[in-house]
Amino acid sequence: MNTVAIIVEAPRAGFWRRWLMRSEALRGYLLLSPTLLVMLGIMVIPMVGMVVLSFWTQHAGNTFDTTLTLKNYTDAFTRDMYRILFMRSLGISLLTTLFTVLLAYPMAYFVAFHVKRHKMVWIILMTLPFWTSYLLRVFAWKIILGYNGAINSGLISMGVISEPLTILLYNPTAVVITLTHAWAAFAILPIYVSLEKIDRSLLEAATDLGDGPVARFFRIVLPLSLPGIIAASVLIFIPTVGDYVTPSLVGGTDGYMISNAIQFQFARGNNWPLGAALALSSMVIVTAIVLVYVTVIRRLTARIG
Amino acid sequence: MSGIGREKNRPLAIYAVFYLAFLYLPVLFLPVFSVNDSIYISFPLKGFTWQWYESMIGNEPMLNSLMNSIRVALATATISTLLGIFAAKAVTRYTLPGARPVIATIMLPLVVPEIILGTALLIVIMQAGGTLSLLTVTLGHILLCVPFSMAVLMSRFEGFDRSMEEASADLGENAWWTFWRVTLPMAMPGITSSFLLCFTISFDEFIMAFFLGSTDPTLPVFMWNQLRFPQRLPGVLALGSCILLASFFVIALAEYLRRRSSFNSDPGAITID
Repeated sequence: MNTVAIIVEAPRAGFWRRWLMRSEALRGYLLLSPTLLVMLGIMVIPMVGMVVLSFWTQHAGNTFDTTLTLKNYTDAFTRDMYRILFMRSLGISLLTTLFTVLLAYPMAYFVAFHVKRHKMVWIILMTLPFWTSYLLRVFAWKIILGYNGAINSGLISMGVISEPLTILLYNPTAVVITLTHAWAAFAILPIYVSLEKIDRSLLEAATDLGDGPVARFFRIVLPLSLPGIIAASVLIFIPTVGDYVTPSLVGGTDGYMISNAIQFQFARGNNWPLGAALALSSMVIVTAIVLVYVTVIRRLTARIG
Repeated sequence: MSGIGREKNRPLAIYAVFYLAFLYLPVLFLPVFSVNDSIYISFPLKGFTWQWYESMIGNEPMLNSLMNSIRVALATATISTLLGIFAAKAVTRYTLPGARPVIATIMLPLVVPEIILGTALLIVIMQAGGTLSLLTVTLGHILLCVPFSMAVLMSRFEGFDRSMEEASADLGENAWWTFWRVTLPMAMPGITSSFLLCFTISFDEFIMAFFLGSTDPTLPVFMWNQLRFPQRLPGVLALGSCILLASFFVIALAEYLRRRSSFNSDPGAITID
């Protein structure tokens, strides 16, 4: 009797389970649908629209010739001006990423391994400046590096120099310095998290097996904190390539980046399809670089591991 | 917990102090020059004055843009947090097939430059015959804020004890009251910090407001327009200092609430994925 019941019950239980699972997925997606619909409307559709527009041609006024053409992309990739802007944007972002990660790492390391009490205070202390206005933080560097700025006027009033230095502001270096400051939190936090996750007994094991502090760092801490370094680099590299505020305020014409060209095409240049093509090209280039970077690092660490 | 950590590392500690100075000093120049009695932003300081602050009081366009920013930020924070609650609850409460790509899609704005998101939205709005206003700015801000809201709330919901909701149901509460009396109070710290976070992001946001805004600006766009006039710089600095102070308070509060509610959860979850 019992066995019969079990045999009869079993497929039914399976059926109900599957039905429940399916309905669970259904209920989950129902709950998710408002968010998905909104994101569809304000992100997916606009991105598709941008792709379509980038194959059109701008007419005088605000009309478009909707015959599909690759002209905008050939312009984006062959004109010297855009090539220079692409290369410069990538160069500035790569340097910014490198410096930001290098400078933030010891700080994150310090808080993760050497701060015993009040870690939370330190974390808040490190991240607090970054929740203030981005515009103001960038502008602050204009005050510091400017012709009559803090460094120049400070040095003059101390008698170190007689004429203001003009090499401080309006060049790619100023952009890199400003971005390195502006994006620091995006390096500190991921690196800190990955360092904090490291199992401390691994360090003890390394010490017991005769590793000194330096060997221990390179053989254990650094490899295990790579996820944080990867996350930090990606999070800084991608948005800084497209940064508009910093090159506009401290870059000068020598420090203009691709976003200035994009903005120009959407404003005075009034060539939206070209602007769209420039924006999408930079996004594709950046994504490609990031994918290569992440793959290479993963391969390297796989070999080490 | 021996080995590393117990040993003191003085050079590292000194570096940490310098690094913090590097983070804070540039920002602190703003309040310093905002009370300097000169329209030139340069050393040596001339003398102390409140005049740049006083001149803010009767500045109609500035107050107007401040109100605009507050309205946009309130709308953004409310809507983004609501959308974040739906999404975070859905992916943590139910086992969804294909949850990872869905989460990745919602998180996408974190890894696309703002200028691209902004211009894409601009294209669609203009092609649909829409006009730019504070409403379109709000749409842009919601796009930026939903990923943050969802990440904050996911880390909150993940530590959620489902048995509490089940107990409530077993004790005869229906789904509606279970939500109000159990789920919501437990999620409240996450909701508060999501709201504050979104408010701050929106309040400070420039690129979206710049591309999607009309001639009725938000505060950052107003400041941007002021930066072209050297004689208005001290006024902008005074305004900036006030914003700085307010942001510090809001964020310290939000951070405090978030860390207190989920200190063990993974802050990196906001950023990766």
